[in-house]
Amino acid sequence: MKVTLVHLTKKFPKHDRKTRGEVTAVNDLCFDIPSGKLVGLLGPSGCGKSTTLNLISGLEKPTGGRILFDGEDVTDLPPEKRGIGLVFQNYALYPHLTVLQNILFPLQNLRGEEKLSKEEMAEKAGEAARLVQIEGLMGRRHRELSGGKQQRVAIARALVKHPRILLLDEPLSNLDARLRLQTREEIRRIQRETGVTTVFVTHDQEEAMSISDEIVVMREGVIQQIGKPQEVYDLPRNLFVAKFLGTPPVNVFRGRIENGSLFIGDEAVLPVPGLPAGGVTVGIRPEGFLPDPAGAFSLRLSRVEVMGRDTSVVAAHPASESGAVRAIISSEEAPDPACETVRFSLKRNKVLLFSPEGGEERIPFGGDGAGKEGKA
Amino acid sequence: MKSILRAWLYLLPALLFLGVFLVYPLVDVMIYSVEEGYNSTSGASFGVGLYNFAYVLRDPFFLMALRNTVLLVAITVPLSTGIALLISLGLASVKKLRHLFQTIYFLPYVTNTLAVGLVFMILFKKTPYTDGLANLFLRIFGAGPVDFIDGPYWAKMFVLCFYTIWVVMPFKILILTSALASVNDDYYKVARIDATPRWRVFTRITLPMISPMLFYLIVTGFIGAFKAYSDAVALFGVNLNAAEMNTIVGYVYDMLYGDSGGYPSYAAAAALILFAIVLTVTTVNLMVSRKHVFYD
Ligand SMILES: Nc1ncnc2c1ncn2[C@@H]1O[C@H](COP(=O)(O)OP(=O)(O)O)[C@@H](O)[C@H]1O
Ligand SMILES: [Mg+2]
Repeated sequence: MKVTLVHLTKKFPKHDRKTRGEVTAVNDLCFDIPSGKLVGLLGPSGCGKSTTLNLISGLEKPTGGRILFDGEDVTDLPPEKRGIGLVFQNYALYPHLTVLQNILFPLQNLRGEEKLSKEEMAEKAGEAARLVQIEGLMGRRHRELSGGKQQRVAIARALVKHPRILLLDEPLSNLDARLRLQTREEIRRIQRETGVTTVFVTHDQEEAMSISDEIVVMREGVIQQIGKPQEVYDLPRNLFVAKFLGTPPVNVFRGRIENGSLFIGDEAVLPVPGLPAGGVTVGIRPEGFLPDPAGAFSLRLSRVEVMGRDTSVVAAHPASESGAVRAIISSEEAPDPACETVRFSLKRNKVLLFSPEGGEERIPFGGDGAGKEGKA
Repeated sequence: MKSILRAWLYLLPALLFLGVFLVYPLVDVMIYSVEEGYNSTSGASFGVGLYNFAYVLRDPFFLMALRNTVLLVAITVPLSTGIALLISLGLASVKKLRHLFQTIYFLPYVTNTLAVGLVFMILFKKTPYTDGLANLFLRIFGAGPVDFIDGPYWAKMFVLCFYTIWVVMPFKILILTSALASVNDDYYKVARIDATPRWRVFTRITLPMISPMLFYLIVTGFIGAFKAYSDAVALFGVNLNAAEMNTIVGYVYDMLYGDSGGYPSYAAAAALILFAIVLTVTTVNLMVSRKHVFYD
């Protein structure tokens, strides 16, 4: 099912009574969630992801705009009539009930024409349990299960009524690193198998990038960018998106353009023909540094961290705006830790230029873009 | 070795305190309770045995106190907990006035028991000049007048129960409203999405989630009601036996210091019987809770 958000806005009254006013949690959201896709809603904590999800589910009423499910306006439909499956960070499994009873719970609430017989319920519950691979645990109480298993039960419960859309609010945040990875793969598999349209909320960019067909980056209630994860990573619309995606994060420098060259400090590090002279903010991805004794960009070496296949070079530069500079290079090319300075040339497509003012929008320059490799 | 010694040194003040004010009296009570024919002036006794228990259990005043106490417990603990739960649920649903209500309901908690008791007496007492506020109400419904303070047994019992419930209510409401507020909202959100009927939300989410607090209130409620005494004094005066409103703790007090007092052995036996009852009830409570209380 395709979900369309049209100028969706949600304002909350401010919490404390003294300063009257409103918080705009979601500001004029317009986007489509394509049918059968997994969309990752990504942004720092407090940017309005949960609110967006609650608006789609109907738990919150928007203060402006409409929500369409397959073209049908559901803005005024109560949550239980929308055909939603919901999963939370803390699983929110019904206390005291077994796994089976938890999965049956939504079915037992059906009344009137929708009412199911015992056999039908058992069959549906079994089907949902098989899907998330917890058939063997049906008699257990959920507190006897690991967090990952509990989250599977919650997903089974959300899917048992065959919802039109599955909404997941930070479903992995309570899990430890190993389970998180595992459950992430599970969610991807379950989504593929069922083909249910899914919105996955997270503040973890790596999680969103790895699992989503499409990501939506939000900041302070406003959409920053929508696109395939790789596209958004390669061509972020602005500095915020560039900084938010990628680990280790992008290195940011003060730079300027003179005579068609990009200067960081006194060094002309990259030719950028055709760009007007002036100050720019430069973002260089950690993988954009190529060790090169004749390279134009010199940094003061702080330390070298070997991480197996790759090596992380930590260096300092006076023009850096993001603290220590981090470059990820192949271990074979690692510099001698005793050196004082290291020289790099830059991968053209890993260098991003941003306007230093206003919205810090990205400035396109010749030759950048996904997939195109180029040495300076 | 040295650190163990130091640990004991740090524990010493607390142990001394507990020993002098808790363990010693407890042991002393047990000794008193088995000393037969103890004379408080000479300090001598005839021998050791269970006569004191036999006497107390056959004493009509003790039996009356026992009946009053059990009635009071059986009526007030379930009622006060149930009413407190209803009020807390109501408070949880009207968010705006919650703070005001919490203050109002909490007032009895910080008010002196005896003062409250006197006010109750004025509300319910029938004097030659006035029938009391409660009887004005009864008149509206065409009943009464009833003397709640010096009248029939059931009327006095009613006032005592009413008073006890009223006094313990604020604490229970306070505990329950905070327990209700601490239930994660996500449970209710999922329940809404699942189209769960209200009653099912209450029994399947709310009740299990607040069950530890509810259990705590029931256990302490039982213990508190079994220890009832000052409330009865505030309402009916010191001579509770004459008013037929004595409680077990009242009986213990009378046996020690009352007009007919001076029998520490009987008092000790009665106190130990009360102890046995409270212990049994609490144990049963704990056993029941194993099955029904949900700890997250
Ligand atoms: N019920 C509410 N009342 C008032 N403000 C709220 C409420 N829910 C969310 N907000 C505010 O809206 C903003 C977005 O919140 P939320 O959607 O929960 O962010 P996220 O899920 O991205 O962390 C925050 O500033 C938050 O304080
Ligand atoms: Mg959130």
